[in-house]
Amino acid sequence: MSAHDEDNDNAVATVGGAASAASLNVAGTRGPSFGEPIVEYVMRLGDDRLLLGHRLSEWCGHGPILEEDIALANIALDLVGQANMFLALAGELEGRGRDADALAYFRDGVQYRNALLVELPRGDFGFTTMRQFLFDAYSVLQLDALASCGHEQIAAIAAKSLKEVKYHLRHSSEWVIRLGDGTADSRGRVQHSLNALWRYTGELFEHDAIDEAVAAHGITLDHAALFARWDSMVRDVLQRATLDVPQDEVMLNGGRRGRHTEHIGHLLSVMQSVARAHPGATW
Amino acid sequence: MALTREAVYETLGAVMDPEVPVISVVELGIIREVAVDAQHVTVTVTPTYSGCPAMHEIEADIRTALLAAGAEHVDVITAFSPAWTTDWIGPEAREKLRAYGIAPPGRAEQGGLITLTRRRAPVPCPFCGSSDTRMQSEFGSTACKAIHVCNSCRQPFDEFKAF
Repeated sequence: MSAHDEDNDNAVATVGGAASAASLNVAGTRGPSFGEPIVEYVMRLGDDRLLLGHRLSEWCGHGPILEEDIALANIALDLVGQANMFLALAGELEGRGRDADALAYFRDGVQYRNALLVELPRGDFGFTTMRQFLFDAYSVLQLDALASCGHEQIAAIAAKSLKEVKYHLRHSSEWVIRLGDGTADSRGRVQHSLNALWRYTGELFEHDAIDEAVAAHGITLDHAALFARWDSMVRDVLQRATLDVPQDEVMLNGGRRGRHTEHIGHLLSVMQSVARAHPGATW
Repeated sequence: MALTREAVYETLGAVMDPEVPVISVVELGIIREVAVDAQHVTVTVTPTYSGCPAMHEIEADIRTALLAAGAEHVDVITAFSPAWTTDWIGPEAREKLRAYGIAPPGRAEQGGLITLTRRRAPVPCPFCGSSDTRMQSEFGSTACKAIHVCNSCRQPFDEFKAF
């Protein structure tokens, strides 16, 4: 946790600036602010799930075995469904008439608020599995905390999503153990993936001005406590999988402020292509 | 003639889950509230899974059925809380599932974050009744089902998973 505090400095600095509460924009953010911090906050929740769901959907028809093809498509569906609920709420709170589809299909990369972890290309099955595991463990803890937060609509969506994500986490944990404690080839692939992904995990636990501001809505997640629980949960599984926890302490961030990797552009160009070619089309 | 609440429930009792066409949306437990104001019917529905693609079809089916039953205006509202659970599926509907070849759900897990690996009793085969079965995958043909195989009659089968 220590190393990314430094990266965080410019993100944490700006709470409470005079009348800025209505249009709070975290320092260094790309693209326009979405108005109330609560809108930005809910958008982060939705964007993480939308882009990860999309990445998983890329496996449809390409899974390593039939059962896994079906499982990845199912999990993708859950995540996109959760994103739909969060983004519909974000649009409603924003009050500018944008629904979930408008937010999903007609925002550019700099207006996305997901963590970098979820936009990375799917890689091989080992990479997809490891990324899913790292995110699921975070998501279960985050949703569990949000399910009892003071914002009624967010709490309802979180409680519903949590039931689904528990299944996801069990699935990804079992696969991490099976692959890690498997053949030299499978172990090598997930270890390599873990090493490459570790530096993207710090961003999940960042606490910035948006997190401060939503306390006014009864949302007061303790990110340090969340991280401690995640860390022990993840280490437990990695140990059972005979994998080495990376020593890497350099953490990358920026997604929450619209500063993304090049990969998001490629992802959006596929995900948004039909909606942008035929705006307003229904079937 | 104005529809009664009872008449609305009766109509909804004939609207089947499109993916499991032997149980109705009422038996599935997703109808949370019905309000009737003269010819205006408001039905509150809760989704099964967040991404269940059948929800849109179910909404359309509910609307069509109630309009055919004499309602002039139908509103279908979605409520997320309390979250749907398979514990709301009653004993009769469970029997229908079994007869249809889908093992009915066990009790939903309460509280606690997660049991890391699934350690529960084998699901009895809906075809031959044997308990000598094994789970193939927790994710099946739809979001709500898991895949099992019966070692006794060699038949693969779906389980409506506890949720």
